[in-house]
Amino acid sequence: MTTTPTQPTAPTPTPRAPQPLPAEENAPINYLNETRGIWSWMTTLDHKRIGVMYLVGVIVSFFLGGVMAILLRTELFSAGPGVAKLIGDALGHDKWQDTYNQMFTLHGALMVFLFIIPGIPAAFGNFVLPIMLGAKDVAFPRLNLFSFYLWCGGAVFFIAAIALGGLDTGWTFYTPYSTDPASSTFGGVIPAVFGAFLLGFSSILTGVNFIASIHMLRPKVMGWFKMPLMLWALYSTAIIQILATPVLGITLLLLIAERAGDIGVFDPSKGGDPILYQHFFWFYSHPAVYIMILPAMGVVSEVISAMSRKHIFGYSFIAMSSLAIALLGFLVWGHHMFTSGQSDTLNAIFSFITFFIAVPSAIKVFNWLATMYKGAILLKSPMFYAMSFIWVFSIGGLTGLPLAAISTDIHLHDTYFVVAHFHYVMVGGTVFAFLAALHYWWPKMFGKHYDEKPSLVAWFFIFMGFNVTFFVQFIMGAHGMPRRYADWSVEAWKASQIGKGLDTSFIESKVQLFEVCHKISTIGSYGMLIGFLILSYVLVRSLMAGKPASRNPWGANTLEWHCSSPPPHENFATQPQPNDPYNYSGWTYEPTLEGYKACEPKEPEH
Amino acid sequence: MSQADADHQHHDEHVAHHFESAGQQVSSGKLGMWVFLATEILMFGGLFVLYAVYRHNNPETFEYGHLLLETKWGAINTLVLIASSFTMAWGVRTAQLNKRKATSVLLTLTLLGGLGFMCIKYIEYSGKFSHGTGPGKFFDVVAYEKYYNKHQADHAHDHDAKGEAHDEPAEPAPVLHGTTRAAAIAPAVNFHSDIADPAAGPAGLVKLDPPKPKGFHIPWVHDKPTPAQVVQSRNFVDIYFAMTGLHGIHVLVGMGLIGWILSRNMRGHFSSKNYMAVDLVGLYWHLVDLIWIFLFPLLYLIHT
Repeated sequence: MTTTPTQPTAPTPTPRAPQPLPAEENAPINYLNETRGIWSWMTTLDHKRIGVMYLVGVIVSFFLGGVMAILLRTELFSAGPGVAKLIGDALGHDKWQDTYNQMFTLHGALMVFLFIIPGIPAAFGNFVLPIMLGAKDVAFPRLNLFSFYLWCGGAVFFIAAIALGGLDTGWTFYTPYSTDPASSTFGGVIPAVFGAFLLGFSSILTGVNFIASIHMLRPKVMGWFKMPLMLWALYSTAIIQILATPVLGITLLLLIAERAGDIGVFDPSKGGDPILYQHFFWFYSHPAVYIMILPAMGVVSEVISAMSRKHIFGYSFIAMSSLAIALLGFLVWGHHMFTSGQSDTLNAIFSFITFFIAVPSAIKVFNWLATMYKGAILLKSPMFYAMSFIWVFSIGGLTGLPLAAISTDIHLHDTYFVVAHFHYVMVGGTVFAFLAALHYWWPKMFGKHYDEKPSLVAWFFIFMGFNVTFFVQFIMGAHGMPRRYADWSVEAWKASQIGKGLDTSFIESKVQLFEVCHKISTIGSYGMLIGFLILSYVLVRSLMAGKPASRNPWGANTLEWHCSSPPPHENFATQPQPNDPYNYSGWTYEPTLEGYKACEPKEPEH
Repeated sequence: MSQADADHQHHDEHVAHHFESAGQQVSSGKLGMWVFLATEILMFGGLFVLYAVYRHNNPETFEYGHLLLETKWGAINTLVLIASSFTMAWGVRTAQLNKRKATSVLLTLTLLGGLGFMCIKYIEYSGKFSHGTGPGKFFDVVAYEKYYNKHQADHAHDHDAKGEAHDEPAEPAPVLHGTTRAAAIAPAVNFHSDIADPAAGPAGLVKLDPPKPKGFHIPWVHDKPTPAQVVQSRNFVDIYFAMTGLHGIHVLVGMGLIGWILSRNMRGHFSSKNYMAVDLVGLYWHLVDLIWIFLFPLLYLIHT
């Protein structure tokens, strides 16, 4: 492979790996400091700067969504009114339960639309995609900046929604809650829905950009099956983004028209069909689950292989399973609607395909494990997060099976079991992969090392806190604790529709169980909070006073490790020659660099 | 940027710094545009699915509702858009052949086509709003009843003036006085007729016969539907406005884009080596045209 001719446009043949001289490891001019001032960032067309701006944006959104999460768990720590009542009184709400509804709506909407969906593809994808291709930028740099501003616009509308009175429809904006001003009296519905529309368009344009970049900017020597798996993951994600998101876009526009202009489309009191809304919504939002998880899987494929110092196992299976997930993901939306009254035939078909989609996910998990098997595993923070991903994603995936089976789903529907399941998949999966990516690419993005030991303490708190928070929710969900309830006291049960006709002693025995579970869950969430505080401290300290990072701290071989840290404006001083991204024989550890350098005598490649 | 320029002296001035050749740039632009057009089709796809579901569930809604539309205007608009698509395609060709003046003329004609389309749309929309058959809040059966009675009277008067014999007097409108807007809106359409009893019917509404089949005859000017039929066509009106409204927004965006490339063309930005922007705007304009070609029969040419 090394004998392949160089690019015709490259002026001179270039060596495969960079020069090993330490003096050249860090170019003084890089993308961070080549121009200065806020304006140079706001008008930048550099994919790396846009990626960093996305990163800042999604972390701020994650922080806001996290504050909501902590408030929710605090409210649920004890029965009866708690912190939601304090906030509700301050905001002048009639009922503290409304405040609670607003809190979980905002938690879900912020986390899903502003953090999880753009988190990995827009922030890290933007940063690494062109570099992994050996390109200077994405195919359409202006469009890239435009989609970042669309994201900002969406974020502004969400903030406006909070300022205009919030919303309590749930992040799904189900009709008729969202279309009937009488049932959702808060003024934030229209701005939030429009914000989600803008965020959708931002996501579509990013997808268009990534597809064009991967098709057109890939060097000729990098065939489809020589791409890093992260690119396969981003490509599959982009397919979903462009095929599913437009349908959400038109649905949200109709919803706005219905609420603002009385158009009769989804609201039954206007002749509309609310089930049709659910179909439209989940036609997007189920594939969107794979927009969240596929890039995460791409990150994990990179990290596991690099940190195991071993070629990825089953490359083409991992690549093809990404595409399979992207395509099958379009055929399972109806499993969100098993109890909506759709026909049993539909239920059976959707249930069957849902089981089927577990196969490609399992293929990936087995391939990651096989990659680690007999590898020389480097136990650093990115690897801890990547292994946590496999653990929580497996639990999340396996608990999806009882939800995919219609009979058990009827029992578990709308309980904490569902809440725990999708937090294991979405938070457990995506957030752990996001953190793996953050730690893995941090030295590349900012050219600084972080302290490994406090970072591992942060990992411990986040991982343990996460499992403590959500594992007990499986138990209480299976025992019948419904989701989205503000209160779980005996009195609340007796007053509710579910509690009618039930024996008091039965309710009391259930509430005893729920009390234990809720308390454990809330304590776990505080553990996560501590972990994230330590994490922020570690990363901020790294930015302020971190040791300079070398070109390749992990000894990985995808192209982003061939340019300096942080990369220069056009990524590469000389056009790199891509080779097998998972062959690590070209790099040896150099203690003075705290990283790897290219081997002087090149080993023959396999 | 100066650094980038210095690095790439060999580059054509039209090629952005991150592309290796003009060919790569053009291919990227075209691929990006086609992928974007796919997303546009999916966006309209949502509306087409909505249309299909509602038409299947409530055929009468569509049969009465389409009588409100003037097939004449829709047909003229179809011709206008097809003609503008033709001038657009021709304009791309002249841009390719370096004929700058011809390109400007053709792009202007295309722009005029878009303008003509929007003018006709304005005529249609304003008629709907003033007759009480606007979308959502602007749907007002009482206003439509007034319009209907006046129309019937004028119609009869025309016949009298021409001295033609008409065997029966103009059909009086069914009495709808006292039908509040809420009643006219709410239960007009009975969606899940297997759940509710359709025979009971919404209170205060006239029970209607199904429209008579019209065969293969395409009426250029429909008979006006009766107010009672209009009550039942509310969802059609909403869907009509949703579909044509979104399409109209796309026409406006397309006109903006054509105006932009027209001004660039007049400033001499394009040549046979560099006409990608004209090409891509052309693709977009053809999509806008294509969507209308589906909207016209689906909305205007409905037959029983």
